[in-house]
Amino acid sequence: MPVLRWLRRHLIVIAGLLTLAYMILPNIVVMVFSFNKPNGRFNYSWQRFSLDAWKDPCGVADMCGSLSLSLQIAVWATVGATVLGTMIAFALVRYRFRARGAINSLIFLPMAMPEVVMAASLLTLFLNMGAQLGFWTILIAHIMFCLSFVVTAVKARVMSMDPRLEEAARDLYAGPVQTFVRVTLPIAAPGIAAGALLAFALSFDDFIITNFNAGSTVTFPMFVWGSAQRGTPVQINVIGTAMFIIAVLVVLAGQLIANRRKNNARP
Amino acid sequence: MSVTQEAPPAPTEEPKVRKPSTRKRLVPYWLLLPGILWLVVFFALPLIYQGSTSVQTGSLEKGFEVTWHFQTYWDALADYYPQFVRSLLYAGTATILCLLLGYPLAYLIAFKAGRWRNLVLVLVIAPFFTSFLIRTLAWKTILADGGAVVDVLNTLHVLDVTSWLGWTESNRVLATPMAVVCGLTYNFLPFMILPLYTSLERIDGRLHEAAGDLYATPATTFRKVTFPLSMPGVVSGTLLTFIPASGDYVNAELLGSTDTKMVGSVIQTQFLRVLDYPTAAALSFILMAVVLIAVTVYIRRSGTEDLV
Repeated sequence: MPVLRWLRRHLIVIAGLLTLAYMILPNIVVMVFSFNKPNGRFNYSWQRFSLDAWKDPCGVADMCGSLSLSLQIAVWATVGATVLGTMIAFALVRYRFRARGAINSLIFLPMAMPEVVMAASLLTLFLNMGAQLGFWTILIAHIMFCLSFVVTAVKARVMSMDPRLEEAARDLYAGPVQTFVRVTLPIAAPGIAAGALLAFALSFDDFIITNFNAGSTVTFPMFVWGSAQRGTPVQINVIGTAMFIIAVLVVLAGQLIANRRKNNARP
Repeated sequence: MSVTQEAPPAPTEEPKVRKPSTRKRLVPYWLLLPGILWLVVFFALPLIYQGSTSVQTGSLEKGFEVTWHFQTYWDALADYYPQFVRSLLYAGTATILCLLLGYPLAYLIAFKAGRWRNLVLVLVIAPFFTSFLIRTLAWKTILADGGAVVDVLNTLHVLDVTSWLGWTESNRVLATPMAVVCGLTYNFLPFMILPLYTSLERIDGRLHEAAGDLYATPATTFRKVTFPLSMPGVVSGTLLTFIPASGDYVNAELLGSTDTKMVGSVIQTQFLRVLDYPTAAALSFILMAVVLIAVTVYIRRSGTEDLV
C-alpha cells in the first residue's frame, strides 16, 4: 500500500503538523469570532459577519483602560526584572563566591512553584504589612516572578560566551567600561532581549498572581476573566487577534534582522 | 552597571597576577544584592508568613493568632483531598499528552523543517502573545455542545467510550474532565516544545547518519540515540508543564464544572472569598510540598541533577 508507506515515512511530520494545528486552532477561532455579530451577551456561537468590533475596538467600558494598565505594568516589570536579572546572571556566571549554591536555588525555586502558592503567600505578606493592593503590589509581584526567567535566559547566553574576547579587548587597552559596553554587552544582547521579551509576555499575560494581589485594580487578563462570567464582548477577540498579528510581525522582524546579521557576518 | 565603573583600571605596568582587591572581590555581591533582596523580601519572606498563617486560628473579626494549630492541615486534607488528587491527575495526564504531542513537533522543527523552521517556530511562540485567557475562552467555542468537534467525536463513537471511562458526559465535552485536560495540555504545550526543541537542536545530525550506517532502523536510532540525548529537554519540559498545571485553576473554572475543580480553585476561593486564611495557607503549603517532593524525586530518578 503506497499510501500507508507514505504515511509511515512522514509520520513525524504529520504528527508535528497536527500538533501545530492544535496550537493554532484557538487563535483562528479568536480571529474568526472577532468578525461575529453576537446575539446576546456571549460571543460563543457564530451568528453573522460584522465589522462592528473592528471599527470600535475600545467601545467596551473599561476594556482599553485595563489594556493600557497591563501594558504599563508589563513595561515596568520588564525593565525591573531585566536589569536585576541581568546583574544576577553576570554575577553567577562570571564570579566564584560563597553562597552560590543557595543563590542558584533561590533563583530556581520561583520557577518550580505553582503560581497559586506564590500568589497566596505574597498576599499574606501584603495583608500583614497592611499594604494597599493595586498598581504597586502588582508590579512588585510581576518583577518577582519574571526575575528567575530573565536570569535563566541571560545566563544561558553569557555562559556560551568566549571569555577570551574580553581578554582580547583588555589586551588592546580597552578599559573595563569600554570592554563591557563595546564587547560584553553586544554579545550578551540576544540573551538579554530574549529575557526581556519573556518577562514582558509573562507579565502582560499573568492572571493568577495578579488576581490575588490586585485588589480592585483590573488588568486586561482580569477584565477577560470577569467578562467570561458577565458576557464576553467581541472586542476581546479583536484585541486578541491584534496581539497575535503584532507578535507574528515582531518575531518575524527579529528573525529577519538576525538572518541579515548572520549573512553580513559571512565573508 | 555603575558597578563596573567603580572597578579600578586594569593594571598596565605590572604583568604579574595580583590578588584582587577587596573592592573587586565585592563586585559579584553588589551585582547580586538588589535582585536577591527582591527575591528574599517578595518570595522567601512571604512563604514564611504563609507558614505562620497556616498555624493560626481565629476569625476575620477577632483577628488571627499563632496557636500552632496543626489540625488545620489535616482538616484541609480531609476536606479537599479529591481536589488534590484531581489536580495531580489532570496535571500528570496533561504533561504526558504534552510530551506525546510536543515531541513530534519539536523533532519536526529541529530536523525536518529546513527553511520553514523559522516560520514554524514563530507559529509556536506567537500564540503566547494572545492572552491565554482569550485562547482558553476560544476552547469554549470549539468544544461547545452540538459543535463540530462534539459532532465528529459522537459520529465516530469516541464519546461513548470516553463517557464510559468517565472522561466526558454523553453528548458533552465541555464541563467534563476531558475539556479541562484538553485546555491544560493546550496551555502548557509551548513550555514542553521549546525545551525539547533546544535539546534536540544540539544533537549532531551526523549521529543519525552514523546510526544508519551501522544498520540501525529509524526506530532503533530514535530509541538508542535521539531520545536519550534529548533527555534534558524531556525533563525540563515535563517540569515546566507539570508544575504550573498542578496549580492552575483557570482551565478548570472556564472549561470544567463543579465536579472538575482543582486545588488552585479551592485556594483562590478560600483566600479571596471565604477569607479563611489559615485553611488557604495550609492548602497552598501542602500543594507546594507535594510539588517540590515530586520534582526532587523526579530529577533524582532521571539523573539530570545538573539541570538545576
